[in-house]
Amino acid sequence: MQRDWITPPSSGLGVDLAGLGKRFGEREVLHGISLAVRPGEFVAIVGRSGCGKSTLLRLLAGLETPTSGEVRLGDAPAAEHRDDVRIMFQEARLLPWRTVLQNVQLGLDGKDGAARARDALAHVGLADRANDWPAVLSGGQRQRVALARALVHRPRLLLLDEPLGALDALTRIEMQRLIESVWRELRFTAVLVTHDVAEAVALADRVLLVEDGRVTLDEPVALARPRQHGSPAFAELEGRVLARVLRETLPPAVEEPTKPRLVA
Amino acid sequence: MTARLRLHGVTPWIVPLLVIAGWEAASRSGWLSTRILPEPLAVAQAFWSLLKSGELLRDVAISSGRALAGLAIGGGLGLALGLLTGTFKTAETLLDTTLQMVRNVPPLALIPLVILWFGIDESAKLFLVAIGVFFPIYLNTYHGIRSVDAGLIEMARSYGLRGWPLYREVILPGALPSILVGLRFSLGLMWVLLIVAETISAQSGIGYMTMNAREFLQTDVVLVGVLLYAFLGKLADLIARGLERRFLRWNPAYQPALA
Repeated sequence: MQRDWITPPSSGLGVDLAGLGKRFGEREVLHGISLAVRPGEFVAIVGRSGCGKSTLLRLLAGLETPTSGEVRLGDAPAAEHRDDVRIMFQEARLLPWRTVLQNVQLGLDGKDGAARARDALAHVGLADRANDWPAVLSGGQRQRVALARALVHRPRLLLLDEPLGALDALTRIEMQRLIESVWRELRFTAVLVTHDVAEAVALADRVLLVEDGRVTLDEPVALARPRQHGSPAFAELEGRVLARVLRETLPPAVEEPTKPRLVA
Repeated sequence: MTARLRLHGVTPWIVPLLVIAGWEAASRSGWLSTRILPEPLAVAQAFWSLLKSGELLRDVAISSGRALAGLAIGGGLGLALGLLTGTFKTAETLLDTTLQMVRNVPPLALIPLVILWFGIDESAKLFLVAIGVFFPIYLNTYHGIRSVDAGLIEMARSYGLRGWPLYREVILPGALPSILVGLRFSLGLMWVLLIVAETISAQSGIGYMTMNAREFLQTDVVLVGVLLYAFLGKLADLIARGLERRFLRWNPAYQPALA
């Protein structure tokens, strides 16, 4: 049943961050993040907008260079594993002047490129759209093409930068299931950045909370897969993480009412 | 339904046909002097006799040759420099300010200089056309390269594309809509500049034919020339549109309207 483009299954790449820091000019976005992700693990990073979670992912992808510290992948400097890492962005970023199939083939060389791209497309359920222009696809279909484009390179680390953020609720759940099933099948390491706590709990082995450029929560998710959104254990965990995320947005309690505060 | 469709096909032609009929009637009744405007039938006859003598085809070929040569020189240079300044920061800093300043000089204002430099032979006409078509193509190429979606470039880089493959897959196709807009502008300007250049001085070409006819008060021949220019301009526009449809068929904005 399995196609040959996924065998042998790519083994996941472990991630080690040691004192990773990033500043843009005066603004320090990440303060010395140290973190280890096991090979094959699915980690979700949640946090409010502007907390630095996307920057963290872009550092992992090599799209930004750290100001301090280092990204190590599988016990080697990240630069040695560029071809093992693929990223999915919030927008599908398909080339509008290439057909769906040509988009999936982007950066593939070798004669079997088209065949592998077709298999990858079949895997995300879009084999019949191979010759369409991206412009005629729906948002969810475009993200599926982007997923196929990433998978065809047999990534050992897949980075997901809020790829489902712009999709409607039903399409999002469908995509979550698809991502979970390819991850279980291919065993790559996955790092998902999202602002949706339910999505993080549904997919990840571990949920990390980033606040002000620091990891302030590291919560294992011990629920059996596939997970039921409505189950009590799921709801309890989601509620707990959500409460933790929202804590800082609530009005400050009586601790510091006397301090004059400048509101920007 | 079919009747309505047929009506739609006919409707746009009602006004032009009425104008021509009115014009013919006015000429025949003597209300419109042939020195001002010859009757449409005379224009058609002039066209036919020019076509038969071979004069017409020769002049059209010569004018088109000039126009295309000017376009190739000016447009080619504009494309090359636009790609250069759009792609390389150093080239932009070095050249763009200069070119943007020169752009404000209307090509037709250069006519006295051009006559001094080149006299009134072929090179003067080529120069005028080339300099006129240069700027629309240069500006739109430069702008097109600059406005390629940075997200797509970043994506392609993260998929391992560098150098020429990145250029071929992402940057050039991304700039193409803008480059074709430049080409369309240039095609329009190309004929305008050629008409002026040929009207000033020429021993052949459509401009020569009309200016010659003016000397002998052959308003019908003058009108044939005017209509020829209009026809060639329209043809150039159709070609540009065809190119857009061919190369931008991925873009829903350039899909042919539902038939």
